Amino acid sequence: MSHAVKEVRAKTKQAKAKPALSEGKRAERRLGLLLCAPAAIVMIAVTAYPIIYSIWLSLQRYDLRFPDEREFVGFANYAAVLSNSYWWTAFGTTMFLTIVSVAIELVLGMTLALIMHRTLVGRGLVRTVTLIPYGIVTVVAAFSWYYAWTPETGYLANALASGGAPLTEQWTSLWIIILAEVWKTTPFMALLLMAGLALVPDDLLKAASMDGANAWQRFTKVMVPVMKPAILVALLFRTLDAFRVFDNIFVLTKGANDTSSVSMQTYNNLIKGLNLGIGSTMAVLIFITVALIAFIFIKVFGTAAPGSDQGGKR
Amino acid sequence: MRKVAAVLGATIVGATTLTACGTEGGMKINVYYAPEDNFQTVVDNCNTQANGRYEIVYNKLPRDADGQREQMVRRLAAGDESLDVLGLDVTWVPEFAEAGWVDEWEGEHKAQAMADVLPGPLETAQWKGKLYAAPKNTNVQLLWYDERITPEPPETWDQMIQMSRQLKDQGKPYQILFTGAQYEGLVVVYNSIVESAGGRILSEDGEQVVMDQGAIRALDLLKEVSSSGLTDPSLTNQQEDQVRQAMQDGRGAFELNWPFVYAAYAEEKPDELRHFKWAPYPGVNGPGSGKSTIGGYDLAVSAYSQHKPEAYEAALCLRSPENQKFSALMDGVPPTVESVYTDPTPLDPAKPADEAENPTMATKYPMKDTILEELKTAAVRPLTPAYQNLSTVMSKILSPPSAIDPQGTADTLRQQLTDALDSKGVIP
Repeated sequence: MSHAVKEVRAKTKQAKAKPALSEGKRAERRLGLLLCAPAAIVMIAVTAYPIIYSIWLSLQRYDLRFPDEREFVGFANYAAVLSNSYWWTAFGTTMFLTIVSVAIELVLGMTLALIMHRTLVGRGLVRTVTLIPYGIVTVVAAFSWYYAWTPETGYLANALASGGAPLTEQWTSLWIIILAEVWKTTPFMALLLMAGLALVPDDLLKAASMDGANAWQRFTKVMVPVMKPAILVALLFRTLDAFRVFDNIFVLTKGANDTSSVSMQTYNNLIKGLNLGIGSTMAVLIFITVALIAFIFIKVFGTAAPGSDQGGKR
Repeated sequence: MRKVAAVLGATIVGATTLTACGTEGGMKINVYYAPEDNFQTVVDNCNTQANGRYEIVYNKLPRDADGQREQMVRRLAAGDESLDVLGLDVTWVPEFAEAGWVDEWEGEHKAQAMADVLPGPLETAQWKGKLYAAPKNTNVQLLWYDERITPEPPETWDQMIQMSRQLKDQGKPYQILFTGAQYEGLVVVYNSIVESAGGRILSEDGEQVVMDQGAIRALDLLKEVSSSGLTDPSLTNQQEDQVRQAMQDGRGAFELNWPFVYAAYAEEKPDELRHFKWAPYPGVNGPGSGKSTIGGYDLAVSAYSQHKPEAYEAALCLRSPENQKFSALMDGVPPTVESVYTDPTPLDPAKPADEAENPTMATKYPMKDTILEELKTAAVRPLTPAYQNLSTVMSKILSPPSAIDPQGTADTLRQQLTDALDSKGVIP
């Protein structure tokens, strides 16, 4: 770490010591900036502005129904949300859903990827079939899960939980939500992992089997290490996605029986309760959490940011 | 490139002029209202009456109340000018009025909107002594039962629980069906039981939380009925329509629901309709003490409407006594105008009355007297702009009803409702 810091310092010193740029170089740089400007402005307009605006809203008491009572309250909204048990329940639920569903998806996704990678006959067909769940709109899929798990009308409820109503109890609902999430996004995971599998050179595998490694050893000692960047990227994407889970919960339980996720709760406060202050505070907290997750993945696990090659300049 | 931009620009300008022309040729009055099977006919009637001066367009809102409110609120908060007439659930009038989203009714319009309207429904259309909407239809819940199972309906909750237990032992349909999902419907059930027990949740002016002995007794009762195994297994997922369905499927012995279930039953099981009976809402302190919560819709005119005079006219037409009678007969929604209940003329006054083809209130809406009776003592939900927060918090705390701990739940309610009234704190 300190080595890196030193390096950066040395670089800045070097930059300062550099002689003034020539006229042509400067013009070139200006042109470069001008060419970048439209893209930068669009980026600021569509991403930075809403983020900054919601941070600004989160510092106010602002209820749409009482527009006259709008005032600046500093961090009072943060105190209100962070000391509220509903928020922490939702946070715990979201974390649980995220970790469990991503773990299951990783295992299933890897299996699927291996199958798709090694399929000899009808490769295109196999891949298409695997990807179907991913192509179905989440809300539509969620509705079919909802009806499947509703007593009397649903085949799953009748077959697996006759006499009960699984969507009315916390734990069964949570597992059903996980099932719906896993069913829906495993293909995405498989797709990313399959791209990673393509990175593993056949020669390496052949050499390993020459050395007497069995299938499991080839998988753990050769494939996984080579695939590590792809696995981490897949995990990062899915974790960020899973943390924002909304649609499945909205359809399946509407957040009843403590199955609400943080997004669901933000929606309730913002859209249903019209409380822009509290709602934006929650949105900002979600943003911070997502940023933290990304940071941990990139810094701690060394996930390569998509688009940057490892070790090269960033 | 320039050519493409020019074409694009022309299209945009053209499109806007076209839309402008469209409204000029025939003015559109956009009505946003909950789904009601035969409301389009009412709209058509009013369009005929308008004689080409404007055309009412019925925009169907989602089926559940939360979804309806959300859609309107989102648009109104953004100042959407395309909304003209809004179908407001009776609990939303204070909120919409306080936020300045709907206009006050005055003068001739006001007189017409108030004429012969029952006091309970009228109260729901007012806020701070001013009229903000015209009551379209009111509603009270009744106790529905199948006379083949229970020839004598129960008069109190205790009786109902007891009868249900006996039926269960005999292997007959026994369930007590009511809206137990975590939403407004559960709050309605609770509010009705509280009022039946002579209790109060909020003070009269709606500004303070009371939660007295009656309110605690109601918690007790709600817990008892939900944890006794006498309700539907999916109680905590059931809203009005699932309750209706469960009764129609023959699972229940008793159903607490709005009168729309009668029209639906007549539609789907006409042969068994004569066995499908109703009784007043069950009491808590002995027979006759039952009070149902008032429901229904009021029609308001959006503050952002570009055609207000026509919007008022359209709203008044949509809730005219004739159309209220039509809606009562066809969709089972109770009128707000008292004289409709005793109106002897059939649906089409020009033709002779006929039970199947041309019904009257007496032949097709036989529960009208019970409804009118209940309306006189019915309970109005607390009128406050913060009602939505109140309702969300209450449905959360009351759900699942089988987990209620009367004293503890009452304390939680007292504290969190106070926060909700001040529009403070987090809603679940």
